[in-house]
Amino acid sequence: MHDEIRQVISEHARLPVDVQTLSDDADLYEAGMTSHASVNVMLGLEDRFDIEFPDRMLKRSVFESIGSIAAALSELRTEAAV
Amino acid sequence: MPLRVGTDLVLIETVRESIDAHAEHYLERVYTEREVADCRTSDGIDPERLAARFAAKEATLKVLRPREEGIPWNAIEVRRDPSGWVELALSGPAASLAADAGVTDLSLSISHEGQFATAVVIASCSQGMPQPVR
Repeated sequence: MHDEIRQVISEHARLPVDVQTLSDDADLYEAGMTSHASVNVMLGLEDRFDIEFPDRMLKRSVFESIGSIAAALSELRTEAAV
Repeated sequence: MPLRVGTDLVLIETVRESIDAHAEHYLERVYTEREVADCRTSDGIDPERLAARFAAKEATLKVLRPREEGIPWNAIEVRRDPSGWVELALSGPAASLAADAGVTDLSLSISHEGQFATAVVIASCSQGMPQPVR
């Protein structure tokens, strides 16, 4: 999952650094991701994983790192499986 | 009454790229039907107007100061007055957060020029008001 997330970030976050150099807990906003770019990341994740982020997850902390995105996706998959 | 202010700057090219990459998915998730209608021209959707509206949404979030509340972008709507002025309308979680924080009287100004669009939001906030000296 983390590799797919990195791919989406690489395509949509417009980061000035190579996403492969970032750790899972690196702050993507500090790395240069703008608020508008985070929208593109969200849309890219929704397309890639065929999910829709609910309103409660539309907050900065969900999209601030690869790890936080992975946690949110895992939560959504768990909910979908129930 | 204490004031809060928020501002944001958006590179218009990034909005153009989002329209190209995500089309309706982008418009539906970020903007209201009214906003999309306001941004349509005879040549199609206008990325400059959309960028100004996105800047307004981010500026509003800086006024609302959410912590762990999820706020969808389309819960913050920019409404255009026929005279050309713009106003904000909050709904759902954005309206709830504003009520909880005592944020009222939101005022908005937007502009775009060249590569950028910008917005400024000012609001009154009753939360955190200093206690009167006795």
